[in-house]
Amino acid sequence: MNKLRALVVDDNIINQMIHHRLLDNLGIENQVVGNGKEAVDVHSSGTYFDVILMDMDMPIMNGIEATKKLREMGIRSFIAGVTTRALEQEKGEFMEAGLDDYQEKPLTTAKLLSILHKINHSGIHNFS
Amino acid sequence: MDNTNQVRQQVANMRRSLFDQGYLDDQFIQLEDLQDDANPKFVEEVVTLYYNDSARLIQNIEQALFNRPIDFGKLDDYMHQFKGSSSSIGAKKVKIECQQFRVYCIAGNADGCSRTFQQIKQEYACLRRKLQTYFQLVSQAGQAESA
Repeated sequence: MNKLRALVVDDNIINQMIHHRLLDNLGIENQVVGNGKEAVDVHSSGTYFDVILMDMDMPIMNGIEATKKLREMGIRSFIAGVTTRALEQEKGEFMEAGLDDYQEKPLTTAKLLSILHKINHSGIHNFS
Repeated sequence: MDNTNQVRQQVANMRRSLFDQGYLDDQFIQLEDLQDDANPKFVEEVVTLYYNDSARLIQNIEQALFNRPIDFGKLDDYMHQFKGSSSSIGAKKVKIECQQFRVYCIAGNADGCSRTFQQIKQEYACLRRKLQTYFQLVSQAGQAESA
Protein backbone atom coordinates (compact mmCIF):
# COMPACT_ATOMS: atom_id res chain seq x y z
CA MET A 1 0.00 0.00 0.00
CA ASN A 2 1.38 3.43 -0.92
CA LYS A 3 2.20 5.76 1.95
CA LEU A 4 0.19 8.95 2.30
CA ARG A 5 2.08 12.14 1.53
CA ALA A 6 1.44 15.38 3.35
CA LEU A 7 2.50 19.00 3.02
CA VAL A 8 2.77 21.21 6.10
CA VAL A 9 2.33 24.89 5.29
CA ASP A 10 3.15 27.07 8.32
CA ASP A 11 5.52 29.97 8.98
CA ASN A 12 5.89 29.15 12.68
CA ILE A 13 8.95 26.94 13.18
CA ILE A 14 7.59 25.41 16.40
CA ASN A 15 4.44 24.31 14.60
CA GLN A 16 6.50 23.09 11.66
CA MET A 17 8.48 20.86 14.01
CA ILE A 18 5.42 19.55 15.83
CA HIS A 19 3.30 18.93 12.73
CA HIS A 20 6.21 17.21 10.99
CA ARG A 21 6.65 14.90 13.99
CA LEU A 22 2.91 14.26 14.31
CA LEU A 23 2.82 13.12 10.69
CA ASP A 24 6.03 11.08 11.03
CA ASN A 25 4.55 9.35 14.05
CA LEU A 26 1.60 8.21 11.94
CA GLY A 27 3.88 6.98 9.18
CA ILE A 28 2.98 9.80 6.81
CA GLU A 29 5.75 11.08 4.53
CA ASN A 30 5.75 14.84 4.73
CA GLN A 31 7.36 18.01 3.53
CA VAL A 32 7.34 21.39 5.25
CA VAL A 33 7.15 24.84 3.65
CA GLY A 34 7.02 28.25 5.29
CA ASN A 35 4.27 30.13 3.45
CA GLY A 36 1.53 29.89 0.86
CA LYS A 37 3.76 30.84 -2.06
CA GLU A 38 6.14 27.99 -1.29
CA ALA A 39 3.13 25.65 -1.16
CA VAL A 40 2.05 26.81 -4.62
CA ASP A 41 5.61 26.57 -5.98
CA VAL A 42 6.09 23.00 -4.77
CA HIS A 43 2.90 22.03 -6.61
CA SER A 44 4.02 23.88 -9.73
CA SER A 45 7.03 21.57 -9.78
CA GLY A 46 4.61 18.65 -10.15
CA THR A 47 4.73 17.21 -6.64
CA TYR A 48 1.46 15.77 -5.39
CA PHE A 49 0.28 15.50 -1.80
CA ASP A 50 -2.65 13.56 -0.45
CA VAL A 51 -3.21 16.05 2.35
CA ILE A 52 -2.16 19.65 2.94
CA LEU A 53 -2.16 21.17 6.44
CA MET A 54 -2.59 24.86 5.70
CA ASP A 55 -2.01 27.61 8.25
CA MET A 56 -3.95 30.83 7.71
CA ASP A 57 -1.69 33.68 8.79
CA MET A 58 1.56 33.59 6.86
CA PRO A 59 3.76 36.21 5.21
CA ILE A 60 4.13 36.58 1.42
CA MET A 61 1.00 34.51 0.70
CA ASN A 62 -1.48 33.57 3.42
CA GLY A 63 -3.49 30.36 3.68
CA ILE A 64 -6.64 31.78 2.12
CA GLU A 65 -4.80 33.04 -0.97
CA ALA A 66 -2.76 29.84 -1.26
CA THR A 67 -5.84 27.62 -1.00
CA LYS A 68 -7.65 29.62 -3.69
CA LYS A 69 -4.59 29.47 -5.93
CA LEU A 70 -4.15 25.71 -5.49
CA ARG A 71 -7.80 25.09 -6.34
CA GLU A 72 -7.48 27.33 -9.42
CA MET A 73 -4.51 25.19 -10.46
CA GLY A 74 -6.78 22.14 -10.27
CA ILE A 75 -5.18 20.70 -7.13
CA ARG A 76 -7.71 18.32 -5.59
CA SER A 77 -5.68 17.30 -2.56
CA PHE A 78 -7.46 17.28 0.78
CA ILE A 79 -6.70 20.68 2.28
CA ALA A 80 -7.22 21.09 6.02
CA GLY A 81 -6.99 24.60 7.42
CA VAL A 82 -5.09 24.57 10.73
CA THR A 83 -5.22 27.88 12.53
CA THR A 84 -5.72 29.65 15.83
CA ARG A 85 -8.33 31.98 14.35
CA ALA A 86 -11.57 31.12 16.09
CA LEU A 87 -14.08 33.72 14.84
CA GLU A 88 -16.83 32.19 12.67
CA GLN A 89 -16.34 34.85 10.01
CA GLU A 90 -12.63 34.08 9.72
CA LYS A 91 -13.29 30.35 9.58
CA GLY A 92 -15.99 30.88 6.98
CA GLU A 93 -13.69 32.90 4.76
CA PHE A 94 -11.01 30.23 5.00
CA MET A 95 -13.47 27.40 4.23
CA GLU A 96 -14.86 29.32 1.23
CA ALA A 97 -11.34 29.54 -0.21
CA GLY A 98 -11.59 25.78 -0.84
CA LEU A 99 -10.79 23.89 2.34
CA ASP A 100 -12.07 20.38 2.91
CA ASP A 101 -11.72 20.63 6.69
CA TYR A 102 -10.76 23.01 9.44
CA GLN A 103 -9.02 22.32 12.74
CA GLU A 104 -8.05 24.71 15.51
CA LYS A 105 -4.47 24.79 16.68
CA PRO A 106 -2.69 23.36 18.44
CA LEU A 107 -2.88 20.27 16.25
CA THR A 108 -2.97 16.95 18.11
CA THR A 109 -2.82 13.31 17.05
CA ALA A 110 -6.59 13.06 17.56
CA LYS A 111 -7.27 16.06 15.29
CA LEU A 112 -4.90 14.69 12.67
CA LEU A 113 -6.61 11.29 12.78
CA SER A 114 -9.93 13.08 12.35
CA ILE A 115 -8.56 14.72 9.18
CA LEU A 116 -7.27 11.37 7.86
CA HIS A 117 -10.61 9.73 8.60
CA LYS A 118 -12.34 12.37 6.47
CA ILE A 119 -9.88 11.76 3.63
CA ASN A 120 -10.78 8.07 3.60
CA HIS A 121 -14.47 8.86 3.52
CA SER A 122 -14.26 11.64 0.96
CA GLY A 123 -12.64 9.44 -1.67
CA ILE A 124 -10.50 12.40 -2.76
CA HIS A 125 -7.40 10.46 -1.91
CA ASN A 126 -5.58 9.34 -5.01
CA PHE A 127 -2.79 6.81 -4.76
CA SER A 128 -0.16 7.71 -7.36
CA MET B 1 18.74 0.96 41.85
CA ASP B 2 17.68 3.09 44.86
CA ASN B 3 19.24 6.17 43.32
CA THR B 4 17.45 5.48 40.02
CA ASN B 5 14.10 5.21 41.77
CA GLN B 6 14.78 8.35 43.76
CA VAL B 7 15.58 10.44 40.66
CA ARG B 8 12.63 8.90 38.81
CA GLN B 9 10.36 9.93 41.68
CA GLN B 10 11.77 13.46 41.63
CA VAL B 11 11.03 13.67 37.90
CA ALA B 12 7.46 12.44 38.41
CA ASN B 13 6.88 14.85 41.30
CA MET B 14 8.23 17.83 39.42
CA ARG B 15 6.23 16.93 36.32
CA ARG B 16 3.04 16.65 38.36
CA SER B 17 3.64 19.98 40.05
CA LEU B 18 4.12 21.73 36.70
CA PHE B 19 0.60 20.62 35.75
CA ASP B 20 -0.97 21.08 39.20
CA GLN B 21 0.37 24.62 39.50
CA GLY B 22 -0.97 25.50 36.06
CA TYR B 23 2.31 26.05 34.26
CA LEU B 24 1.57 23.39 31.65
CA ASP B 25 -1.54 22.03 29.98
CA ASP B 26 -2.50 18.98 27.92
CA GLN B 27 -0.58 20.16 24.88
CA PHE B 28 2.65 19.34 26.73
CA ILE B 29 1.40 15.76 27.09
CA GLN B 30 0.77 15.71 23.32
CA LEU B 31 4.44 16.55 22.85
CA GLU B 32 5.50 13.85 25.33
CA ASP B 33 3.45 11.31 23.35
CA LEU B 34 5.55 12.13 20.28
CA GLN B 35 8.75 11.18 22.09
CA ASP B 36 10.14 7.71 21.42
CA ASP B 37 13.45 5.87 21.11
CA ALA B 38 14.11 7.51 17.75
CA ASN B 39 13.22 10.96 19.15
CA PRO B 40 14.16 10.68 22.84
CA LYS B 41 14.53 14.42 23.48
CA PHE B 42 11.73 15.72 21.29
CA VAL B 43 10.01 17.70 24.04
CA GLU B 44 13.22 19.37 25.18
CA GLU B 45 14.08 20.19 21.56
CA VAL B 46 10.69 21.82 20.95
CA VAL B 47 10.91 23.82 24.17
CA THR B 48 14.45 24.94 23.32
CA LEU B 49 13.28 26.01 19.86
CA TYR B 50 10.37 27.90 21.44
CA TYR B 51 12.63 29.91 23.75
CA ASN B 52 15.14 30.63 20.99
CA ASP B 53 12.48 31.70 18.49
CA SER B 54 10.21 33.63 20.83
CA ALA B 55 13.06 35.85 22.04
CA ARG B 56 12.69 37.66 18.72
CA LEU B 57 8.93 38.10 19.22
CA ILE B 58 9.43 39.41 22.76
CA GLN B 59 11.85 41.98 21.37
CA ASN B 60 9.39 42.97 18.63
CA ILE B 61 6.60 43.42 21.17
CA GLU B 62 8.86 45.45 23.44
CA GLN B 63 9.76 47.76 20.55
CA ALA B 64 6.16 48.05 19.41
CA LEU B 65 5.11 49.06 22.94
CA PHE B 66 7.88 51.66 23.03
CA ASN B 67 6.93 53.32 19.71
CA ARG B 68 4.64 56.37 19.68
CA PRO B 69 1.98 56.22 18.52
CA ILE B 70 1.53 52.54 19.36
CA ASP B 71 0.51 50.45 16.36
CA PHE B 72 -1.99 48.17 18.11
CA GLY B 73 -2.56 46.21 14.92
CA LYS B 74 1.09 45.25 14.65
CA LEU B 75 1.24 44.62 18.39
CA ASP B 76 -1.69 42.25 18.14
CA ASP B 77 -0.06 40.41 15.23
CA TYR B 78 3.15 39.87 17.20
CA MET B 79 1.22 38.72 20.25
CA HIS B 80 -0.92 36.40 18.11
CA GLN B 81 2.27 34.70 16.92
CA PHE B 82 3.73 34.52 20.41
CA LYS B 83 0.50 33.16 21.88
CA GLY B 84 0.38 30.54 19.13
CA SER B 85 3.88 29.31 19.88
CA SER B 86 3.24 29.33 23.64
CA SER B 87 0.04 27.38 23.14
CA SER B 88 1.86 24.82 20.98
CA ILE B 89 4.20 23.85 23.80
CA GLY B 90 1.49 23.83 26.46
CA ALA B 91 2.68 26.98 28.27
CA LYS B 92 -0.63 27.54 30.04
CA LYS B 93 0.07 30.59 32.25
CA VAL B 94 1.93 32.34 29.44
CA LYS B 95 -0.99 31.68 27.08
CA ILE B 96 -3.53 33.05 29.57
CA GLU B 97 -1.56 36.28 29.98
CA CYS B 98 -1.27 36.56 26.19
CA GLN B 99 -5.06 36.30 25.90
CA GLN B 100 -5.42 39.15 28.42
CA PHE B 101 -2.88 41.22 26.50
CA ARG B 102 -4.89 40.84 23.31
CA VAL B 103 -8.02 42.07 25.10
CA TYR B 104 -6.17 45.25 26.10
CA CYS B 105 -4.66 45.52 22.62
CA ILE B 106 -8.02 45.35 20.86
CA ALA B 107 -9.28 48.01 23.29
CA GLY B 108 -6.28 50.22 22.51
CA ASN B 109 -5.31 50.23 26.18
CA ALA B 110 -1.56 50.92 26.23
CA ASP B 111 -1.21 50.77 30.02
CA GLY B 112 -3.06 47.49 30.17
CA CYS B 113 -0.80 46.10 27.44
CA SER B 114 2.36 47.23 29.22
CA ARG B 115 1.30 45.84 32.59
CA THR B 116 0.25 42.51 31.10
CA PHE B 117 3.44 42.28 29.09
CA GLN B 118 5.45 42.49 32.32
CA GLN B 119 3.36 39.56 33.62
CA ILE B 120 3.97 37.63 30.40
CA LYS B 121 7.72 38.09 30.70
CA GLN B 122 7.64 36.93 34.31
CA GLU B 123 5.65 33.79 33.51
CA TYR B 124 7.80 33.11 30.44
CA ALA B 125 11.02 33.36 32.48
CA CYS B 126 9.60 31.35 35.37
CA LEU B 127 8.52 28.53 33.07
CA ARG B 128 11.91 28.53 31.41
CA ARG B 129 13.65 28.06 34.78
CA LYS B 130 11.29 25.30 35.83
CA LEU B 131 11.59 23.44 32.52
CA GLN B 132 15.38 23.73 32.56
CA THR B 133 15.41 22.11 36.01
CA TYR B 134 12.91 19.50 34.87
CA PHE B 135 14.91 18.50 31.78
CA GLN B 136 18.11 18.34 33.86
CA LEU B 137 16.36 15.92 36.20
CA VAL B 138 15.06 13.88 33.26
CA SER B 139 18.60 13.68 31.92
CA GLN B 140 19.91 12.57 35.32
CA ALA B 141 17.21 9.91 35.49
CA GLY B 142 18.27 8.66 32.06
CA GLN B 143 21.91 8.51 33.12
CA ALA B 144 21.05 6.75 36.40
CA GLU B 145 19.08 4.10 34.51
CA SER B 146 21.86 3.37 32.05
CA ALA B 147 24.56 3.25 34.77
